[in-house]
Amino acid sequence: MRRLALALLVLGVTIAPALADDVVRVGSKSFTESYVLAEIAAQAIESAGGPRVERRVGLGGTGIAYRAVAHGSVDFYPEYTGTISRAILKDAGIESVAAIRQGLRPLGLTISDPLGFENTYALAVRADLSARHGITRISDLVAHPELRGAFTSGFLERDDGWPGLRRHYGLALASVRTIEHALAYQALTSGSVDVIDVFSTDGRLTQPGIVVLRDDRRFFPDYAAVLLARTDFVTTHPHAWAALTHALVGRIDGPAMIRLNALADLQRRSARQVAAWFLGREVTDAEERARLARELGTLTLEHLGLVVAALSLAVLVGLPLGILAARSPVAGQAELMAVGVLQTIPALALLCFMIPLLGIGTVPALVALFLYALLPIVRGTYTGLATLDRQLLEIADVLGVEGWRRLARLELPLASVSVLAGIKTAAIWTVGTATLAAFIGGGGYGTLIVRGLALDDARTILAGAVPAALMALLFHLLFELIDRWLVPHGLRLVTARPR
Amino acid sequence: MIAVRHVGKRYGATVALDDVSLDVAPGTIHVLLGSSGSGKSTLLRVILGLVAADHGEVLVEGAPVTPARRAHLIGRVGYVVQEGGLYPHLTVGGNVRLPAEARGRPPRELETRVRELAALVGFDEAMLQRYPAELSGGQRQRVGLMRALVLDPPLLLLDEPLGALDPIVRADLQAELHRLFGRLNKTVLLVTHDVRETVLLGSTITLLRAGRVVQQGTFADLARTPAEPFVTEFLRAQTPPPELRAYL
Repeated sequence: MRRLALALLVLGVTIAPALADDVVRVGSKSFTESYVLAEIAAQAIESAGGPRVERRVGLGGTGIAYRAVAHGSVDFYPEYTGTISRAILKDAGIESVAAIRQGLRPLGLTISDPLGFENTYALAVRADLSARHGITRISDLVAHPELRGAFTSGFLERDDGWPGLRRHYGLALASVRTIEHALAYQALTSGSVDVIDVFSTDGRLTQPGIVVLRDDRRFFPDYAAVLLARTDFVTTHPHAWAALTHALVGRIDGPAMIRLNALADLQRRSARQVAAWFLGREVTDAEERARLARELGTLTLEHLGLVVAALSLAVLVGLPLGILAARSPVAGQAELMAVGVLQTIPALALLCFMIPLLGIGTVPALVALFLYALLPIVRGTYTGLATLDRQLLEIADVLGVEGWRRLARLELPLASVSVLAGIKTAAIWTVGTATLAAFIGGGGYGTLIVRGLALDDARTILAGAVPAALMALLFHLLFELIDRWLVPHGLRLVTARPR
Repeated sequence: MIAVRHVGKRYGATVALDDVSLDVAPGTIHVLLGSSGSGKSTLLRVILGLVAADHGEVLVEGAPVTPARRAHLIGRVGYVVQEGGLYPHLTVGGNVRLPAEARGRPPRELETRVRELAALVGFDEAMLQRYPAELSGGQRQRVGLMRALVLDPPLLLLDEPLGALDPIVRADLQAELHRLFGRLNKTVLLVTHDVRETVLLGSTITLLRAGRVVQQGTFADLARTPAEPFVTEFLRAQTPPPELRAYL
């Protein structure tokens, strides 16, 4: 027992230090354009000599990014007017910048003036198909119900996406499938599908062989790019806000944004390099590689911190819960059920539930990981204690070994194999699940995975996934050692040599 | 020392003990004899307060024992079970010291006591560092005995202590127990199915069958004036037939 306490102490609770001093937190969603715009904003503030900038980028979709800014976890992020009126204000009729600002005021939010380009949904087909059938407008599709569509899941579900478009134009397609945005272009050019949804500023639209269909009956609303910011940030950081306005507002037109996206998506430049290029500076590949190496170091520490802290908390709470469950059958079953139900919530959903309660960042990620790690620990402890040899327990009764001494000297050591198996399972799960923390700005290796997915860049994904797998392996080895140390020698003799 | 009065115990439809009474006088060795399933282990566990009797009462040193009231037994009763009942994660020394540590005995005094007991059962220092899995069956049984004796209780309850041993080791240990009981001057209640062990160790006997007392008395009483034919049958079953005795 003393060893166990020591082991916990060594693991230590390393909760991330609270944020101090003046800092601007820049957010973004997890797609190329959002990363690039956020990075331009961050560099604009930095080069204007503003406060320290913290990049909390890659925050999934509108839901997470909006909650992050509303909760104050980020100060601003790039957003689109159409999305704000539909997804946030829930009123498609609110269109003008002034009307949107008025709608956002009670929420403590505001927007910048438009950055200069619009990013709307559009449909695209292959050039040869377009030439053969004379398809240049969306209404031309009505005459070709034999075509096959593949749309992103957001587009398929949103009323300003496929459902609305189909009604508006009276469209019918032979088949409609769901596809990842990053894979859609490949599916289109390879001929496995005929129609895909695109963003009008996609970098890939610079590639030959793709034709964007004209929205001739004006279905898609305007999605003018703006910065969605907290009002208190704008008033307390006038200089930073002025620097942002100066660098971004009215500075990027449609073709310019397509070029920036193409630089990132097609020429594999990092968001930092693209942003620097836009601001008239240069970040060389060597600088970028060195920065990536530094970033990997930081992410390793973040990941490790998340895992160790979540696991330590889960052990501190799960062990007593497991003991309690083994002591009282009724409370025990209720408790095991409750912890089991937690486990059925998908990890990503659990992370998202944390946002309204705790915002985004390390703390909610930690809480979600902690809750997730509880089940194997509680169950391992419970099983270990509930299946102890009854005769050995009776002998403890006769010998008068009671209370803490009985638990620490006899029961926990005898159950140690099962208890440690639970903790080991929890540790390895947590290393894996912690990659999801990046979706809510919790940092760790997932940051690279999310970014790589958004940029369709396998190398970036692997740069996050491989170290995460290695860390899981290391934890496995570490626990083999801990097993040797914590499972009493005499017990190992028994398990090694079953009678 | 031990008084059992009209104790009954049922497990569902099975009668484990049916109106069992017995007395164990101080300084005597009483044997609970019977085949497996006769209720002798259950009776021992009722006496220890590990199992509640449905009716009747148990007194140890004059005080009633129930699962709720058994604190006065701690330190007064040593308990040895089949295969020793040792904790596999503790060394021999750790197992033996356990009850004394739980009672807060000073370490110095305890070490002396452990050495005494080791000498009693013929163990050297190195043996105290071993784990139960590294011991033979007979050695484990000796450790169980040391642990039962560490607090020097006046009462010793043994539940088939030699039941899991092979015949030669068993015979050796029976002789050793006989010698030990002679020296220790304890009140002993021994559960066994072995007639030879009974004759060698016991001064009085309770023969149980299906939870019921068949006969109580000395071995001579049971052998000469059996209460039922079953008594003779039971005693004879384990005796080699006369035509074979010539070979031994």
